Amino acid sequence: MSDAEVIPLPDGPRRPTPRRAARPAAPGETAPADGPVGDPPRRRATRAGAGAAPAAPTRAPRARKRPADEPPTEPAPEPAPQPAPQPAPAGEATEGGGPDLAALVAGVEAVVEDALAFLHRRVGGDYEVDDFGFDPDFTDSVLLPALRPLYRHWFRVEVRGLDNVPDTGAALVVANHSGTVALDALMTQVALADDHPAHRRLRLLGASLVFSSPGIGELARRAGATLACAPDAERLLGSGELVGVWPEGYKGVGKPFSERYKLQRFGRGGFVTAALRAGVPIIPCSIVGAEEIYPILGYSKLAARLLGLPYFPLTPTFPWLGPLGMVPLPSKWIIEFGTPVPTDAYPPGAADDPMLVFNLTDQVRETIQSTLYQLLLDRRGVFS
Amino acid sequence: MLVTGVARFLGGRLARRLADTPGVDRVVGVDVVAPPDGIGGAEFVRADIRNPVIARVIDDARVDAVVHLSVLSAPPSAGGRSLMKEVNVIGTMQLLAACQQAPRVTQLVVKSSTTVYGASAKDPALFTEDMEPLALPRSGYAKDSVEVEGYVRGFARRRPDVAVSVLRCANVVGPRIHTPTTAYFELPVVPTVLGFDPRLQFAHEDDVLDVLTDALLRPLVGTYNVAGDGVLSLSQAAHRAGRATLPLPEPVLAAVAGLVRGTGLVDLTSEHRRYLTYGRGVDTAALADAGFSCRYTTAGAFADFAAARCGAAIGPGPAPLLRLLEALR
Repeated sequence: MSDAEVIPLPDGPRRPTPRRAARPAAPGETAPADGPVGDPPRRRATRAGAGAAPAAPTRAPRARKRPADEPPTEPAPEPAPQPAPQPAPAGEATEGGGPDLAALVAGVEAVVEDALAFLHRRVGGDYEVDDFGFDPDFTDSVLLPALRPLYRHWFRVEVRGLDNVPDTGAALVVANHSGTVALDALMTQVALADDHPAHRRLRLLGASLVFSSPGIGELARRAGATLACAPDAERLLGSGELVGVWPEGYKGVGKPFSERYKLQRFGRGGFVTAALRAGVPIIPCSIVGAEEIYPILGYSKLAARLLGLPYFPLTPTFPWLGPLGMVPLPSKWIIEFGTPVPTDAYPPGAADDPMLVFNLTDQVRETIQSTLYQLLLDRRGVFS
Repeated sequence: MLVTGVARFLGGRLARRLADTPGVDRVVGVDVVAPPDGIGGAEFVRADIRNPVIARVIDDARVDAVVHLSVLSAPPSAGGRSLMKEVNVIGTMQLLAACQQAPRVTQLVVKSSTTVYGASAKDPALFTEDMEPLALPRSGYAKDSVEVEGYVRGFARRRPDVAVSVLRCANVVGPRIHTPTTAYFELPVVPTVLGFDPRLQFAHEDDVLDVLTDALLRPLVGTYNVAGDGVLSLSQAAHRAGRATLPLPEPVLAAVAGLVRGTGLVDLTSEHRRYLTYGRGVDTAALADAGFSCRYTTAGAFADFAAARCGAAIGPGPAPLLRLLEALR
């Protein structure tokens, strides 16, 4: 296949081009309706810091090797260890020359106040979870803030076609899976929560392995994920949620680097059946960049069997460098939402027509594959 | 009407309530021990449902409706698991055999439990009544409940003229009832499975009594899930009860459970530990469609229980931490 040639191989970080302008203009900067009170100013500070000081991105490529979500130093020593996981904005603000120290202090106070209020809610059990275990308080206060630096600064995700995602009502987002671990799903969730004008919550459908893994299963449920099975998908779609599914599953996420951007089989088309039953549109979503974060060069069958995993990846850095090998390569990402495929025009029994299901599955798959090729041509380099 | 298991909370309350219901002329309650606080206007007959004598009781009292509530969720204080299994399984078989021989019986209500759905990582978020368990329960109360339901289905096939109701109740909590679940949340510190925060559902004791009454009087025929709306996560429930959680790796929790089993403090069976790992939710839409709605949500039922029973947290609850946070703010 020719697609392997269009991909510039990872030849080290290029010059940090000021592509930031291409990023979707800061959308109406409102925090999710029920977000913590002090959040918007904090985030605005981040964005302002990054935009106002174009000199800042001239960090040496070396510096990028640090994961952006691990703050180097904590300017405000906080009693709360858990929440408010990004003190980075405060740091950037000081660098940019501190004209208004008072504003900074106020910002820090707001962060501390938020953190205390959050801890208070958690310790008292004073929050809500839905039937699936989705915990909006935890997602907005901990998970999204923890992923945001990765999304904004590490992968510099560019989102296209957000207007294809409806502001309200159910829809099924179907995307290509890659990247060894399912970071692509998380980044899509951040994209829709942060950059979509309606701040849509994407409810992910995950494999049962996710829910049987200690820690991961707990976090996944809190983030709104549930098991990828027909009853759950239909229940979520039936209640007007935006549902995200990665039908390639392990075959996609764990494929070797040599097969990057080649879509695998799209399961058995279960996602199409679910969408047809609920009569909701299918939104094809193409993700470029996730393939390069952990290039899989080989597998260890023994380790996979011992750990009970579907595969155990060997990448250029993992497991050779230990925990350092788990730092993803800072590839440049593009997430594009395509034109929705309507499913409400079919007759009632359509979900039970296997030929229709196969055809729709192929249509969605082809759309994503051709968009991937287009995006790869658009992308200047893997890391730029 | 015949109610089994009247020496226990639900049976005693239900017998008393039915006896006071206009239109119900005679209520007979059976159990192996006398009800500790009486059963009001209902007659108590000391009988063991594992014994064919139960057939005579049904015949003599001209019983037309049977409510089976003596499926034990925990081993009786004396006798252990083998006695529990015998009461649950042999008792049910014997009772159903007696009912089958009694032409007057036209109605059977059985309280089952949502434990019949098992608990696994492959479970859908909410079980509806027609779903099969993904991992069949292998021991304890859950397995007994599955077997009891199996015998009830067999009975329903052989006596199609009898209206059979099976009510699968979530963990019943409330200010007065004592179950392994209430004992668990009354512990000074709530042990949990490290790395998992399962979704739990509760049914309030009053709602369960109401639905049992409705099942008899309306009647509600068929199999229904009974649970308060919504779910609570385990850590959330523990914190709302003013308890700290103690996350332990599963093998450690199993070992601890083995150690404390004899003390009568709490019995964390392997089935219960699976529930504490993966959690479970059931869909109650069918019951709502049948016209019954629980007055208490899961959170409401738990709050009612916690307010009455989890008042004095011994040991380090989250309360001091909450006060510290208040002070800091």
